Amino acid sequence: MEHNVYVYILIMFGVAYLLRTLPLTLIRGEIKNRRIKSFLYYVPYVTLAVMTFPAILYASASPIPGLVALLIGMVVAWKGGGLFPTAIVCALAVFLVDFIAK
Amino acid sequence: MKEQNRYWFKKGLKDGVPIAAGYFAVSFALGITAKNAGLTAFQATLASLLCNASAGEYAGFAVIAENASYVTMALVTAIISARYMLMSIALSQKLPQQVGLGHRLLVGFWITDEIFGASSTVPGKLNPRYNYGLAICSLTFWALGTCLGVVVGNILPGNIVNALSVLLYGMFLAIIMPESRKNKVVLGLVIISMLMSLAFAYLPWIKTLSEGTRIIILTVLIAGAGAIFFPIPDEDEKVEDN
Repeated sequence: MEHNVYVYILIMFGVAYLLRTLPLTLIRGEIKNRRIKSFLYYVPYVTLAVMTFPAILYASASPIPGLVALLIGMVVAWKGGGLFPTAIVCALAVFLVDFIAK
Repeated sequence: MKEQNRYWFKKGLKDGVPIAAGYFAVSFALGITAKNAGLTAFQATLASLLCNASAGEYAGFAVIAENASYVTMALVTAIISARYMLMSIALSQKLPQQVGLGHRLLVGFWITDEIFGASSTVPGKLNPRYNYGLAICSLTFWALGTCLGVVVGNILPGNIVNALSVLLYGMFLAIIMPESRKNKVVLGLVIISMLMSLAFAYLPWIKTLSEGTRIIILTVLIAGAGAIFFPIPDEDEKVEDN
């Protein structure tokens, strides 16, 4: 059977929107439980670390430029580089290593 | 209060610039995928405006390309977007309690990995206008990039696209590292996260799980272990609530 693209898009939107808004609208009070609070505190760092590595290695045909970008980005960010400078340094690293490798 | 709102909205617009640059590159590639799946520029742009999700949209376009069932689409979206639910729970604690339903629906609509990451670095409570600034600045380019990806396809040279695609990871590092420096438990969890993520990408059977599923499993396991073995002291929380 042929499916309608707009229905597909509506399903993608609807399911993701429910997941995104239900907790925000249903949980109004402050969570007191120390374990849950700790869990929520750790979530962003764990999620972002999981998403960054090893995915950054696939940025280019070879894993080397991504690895260089990861190491340089970690140092710059550790020293307090901030969002934009760290992002730019990583992109430049990939571009230059890609360029040298050719 | 008005002053405060304007301040946070403007700060969001400014902090959204690197996110916008990264989004533009990533969504450009996404647009090419959409085109290959048979979507028009209008359909792909509409999907980006409504869904605001990189991995979710990639997977969705793959479902469309396969002409799979609507139920499959719902399941795939739910699995890949489940992490947004964790982020939504976290933000429910970050917003002041008196923030109304309208704001909550809008903040939820614009939860992405990057906007969540940036808004969780705000000390103390979160003004929803910060999220709006971030979202309006960055997601405009998300939609624009998707549209251009469909229309002009492979016009950018590959090495430029490669370099741009790393912008997002650089931003992630800028969010992770300062906290890792301050808190040794976070540092340990970050290192474990990266190592386990690497293992999950190559282990037999596990590697066949979708990326979204692997992210959920690892997040729950590692953040859960952190919470059980290293719960944060209560004093820190009082400082954060100020």
